[in-house]
Amino acid sequence: MSVNAVLQQFASSGVETCFHGRHINPQIYADLNGSNWSLSAYEQRGGYQALRKILGMDGGQGLTQDEVIATVKESGLRGRGGAGFPTGLKWSFMPRQFPGQKYLVCNSDEGEPGTCKDRDILMFNPHIVIEGMAIAAYAMGISTGYNYIHGEIFQVYERFEAALEEARAAGYLGQAIMGSSFSFQLHAHHGFGAYICGEETSLLESLEGKKGQPRFKPPFPASFGLYGKPTTINNTETFAAVPWIIRHGGLAYLECGKPNNGGTKIFSVSGDVERPGNYEIPLGTPFSALLDLAGGVSGGRKLKAVIPGGSSSPVLPAHVIMDCTMDYDSISKAGSMLGSGAVIVMDETRCMVESLKRLSYFYMHESCGQCTPCREGTGWLWRLVDRIHRGEGRETDMQLLDNVAESIMGRTICALGDAAAMPVRAMVKHFRPEFEAMIQSAQQAVAV
Amino acid sequence: MISEATRARFDRETAKYPVEQRQSAVMACLSIVQQEFGYVSPESEADIAAYLGIAKMAVHEVTTFYNMYNQAPVGRFKLNVCTNLPCQLRDGQKALHHLEAKLGVSMGETTADGLFTLQQSECLGACADAPVMLVNDRHMCSFMTHEKLNQLVDALRNEGVQP
Repeated sequence: MSVNAVLQQFASSGVETCFHGRHINPQIYADLNGSNWSLSAYEQRGGYQALRKILGMDGGQGLTQDEVIATVKESGLRGRGGAGFPTGLKWSFMPRQFPGQKYLVCNSDEGEPGTCKDRDILMFNPHIVIEGMAIAAYAMGISTGYNYIHGEIFQVYERFEAALEEARAAGYLGQAIMGSSFSFQLHAHHGFGAYICGEETSLLESLEGKKGQPRFKPPFPASFGLYGKPTTINNTETFAAVPWIIRHGGLAYLECGKPNNGGTKIFSVSGDVERPGNYEIPLGTPFSALLDLAGGVSGGRKLKAVIPGGSSSPVLPAHVIMDCTMDYDSISKAGSMLGSGAVIVMDETRCMVESLKRLSYFYMHESCGQCTPCREGTGWLWRLVDRIHRGEGRETDMQLLDNVAESIMGRTICALGDAAAMPVRAMVKHFRPEFEAMIQSAQQAVAV
Repeated sequence: MISEATRARFDRETAKYPVEQRQSAVMACLSIVQQEFGYVSPESEADIAAYLGIAKMAVHEVTTFYNMYNQAPVGRFKLNVCTNLPCQLRDGQKALHHLEAKLGVSMGETTADGLFTLQQSECLGACADAPVMLVNDRHMCSFMTHEKLNQLVDALRNEGVQP
């Protein structure tokens, strides 16, 4: 047996995370089984009909660029990568009449701890992303695009490259697509291990072949992006939502979710649940229903806390999250962020100091080193939490933790600094007695 | 020196980018040499710099910035176990400790026979598959219980000792 054959035995099949039949009204993950990722299977599911529709290929008039953007605005689609910015509005920022080269970039650098939804989209339904990008490119008058894929999921990158070859051969990508005047070239680019490259300007630097260090904004990518040209960047899942919207209409999409929170959203549920996995459900679904889909808390234990939108989003205690619905507005009102939709569940046995210690180590490790408050501050945060966890905490450490977090927030070029500080502040806010108890027992040990 | 076969792989990557932006292919070229030689040597960096027409330091900056480039030789099988919070909650840390015991090395070390290098890694983006690990940068292994870890190591060792 070859090494590759050995390793293949341990690869994910997608059954546990994606083909479990426990989605609610899925659009992106609908009807997938792991072996129907190819172009012909995608077409049988209605694939590329949205692209054909806007180009007027099936007898219709086609849609103008303005009509496509208006449809996406009407749908209420918001960015699925973390920020939740309205997609149609972002597309309208692109200077369409700008005469030179413009770029479209897909952010598949999925490295926010807790998140693994884009991996399953790209692996099991890659053409939906290609079609969504082609529609976006048409709407914004863009002729070249790149999909930046997380380096750790190399097999997904290879799958996407294979799908690109199919789409080119079938005439869905390339010059004069299906005989129209629209041309669009799309390529895949892989990262190689840097969390920071999920930040859009860092991703652009990386795509240019440099260290992934974020850029000052403004100028924003819409005016100065890849190679200094106007660029629109969206998350994988955002692009994947677009074909459904074009086929069924913006209003139908909006009605799948709730006002201001259109459509379905994929939640990656990880941690202390019976069935970790990706669950595509309408925005506005109660958290308790999502928890049920994931089989409830492991071992029938009680829920302690949930990090609702990836490790950078503030933790919420059980009683708060159980009253939330899973949408941007509800989670925001509860004091956190829907983020990338990565739901990290923690049961009653979990030590929050230990959990925060691991997260703080991560942010220290992944700080790009460009801004002093983040480069130095993330190290301070980790050393403080580590000290408390080791039973060497000092009485002043709680104040110091807060001071260091405060000194990072809002003082860095990109959001990684805030992302490192927010979990600290939220953990301390909601679970302060756990930290204080560890510090007090350390003090008593010293006194003895 | 870059072989003709390697150069063909480089060419395929540079073709994705505008002619004046060949530097964009540096990450792909580095991962190709790592796949072929096991690590990125200063000689490989110089070859890539010459191929792309950029400064050696521009290549070195990339090698050293991204976590997955090996700046020194590693074992035949590089095992990266994720221990980030979502994985830690599902025994990622225990998987790492189990491998330490099984291989008789500490995290960051290579076994004496040169077969295995064991490393902790940050989020691999497969959180629902925890415990999860990456083998030689390109193969994700999912749901790695202690039993499956044993099977994997034994099978790889069996492959590795064959000529």
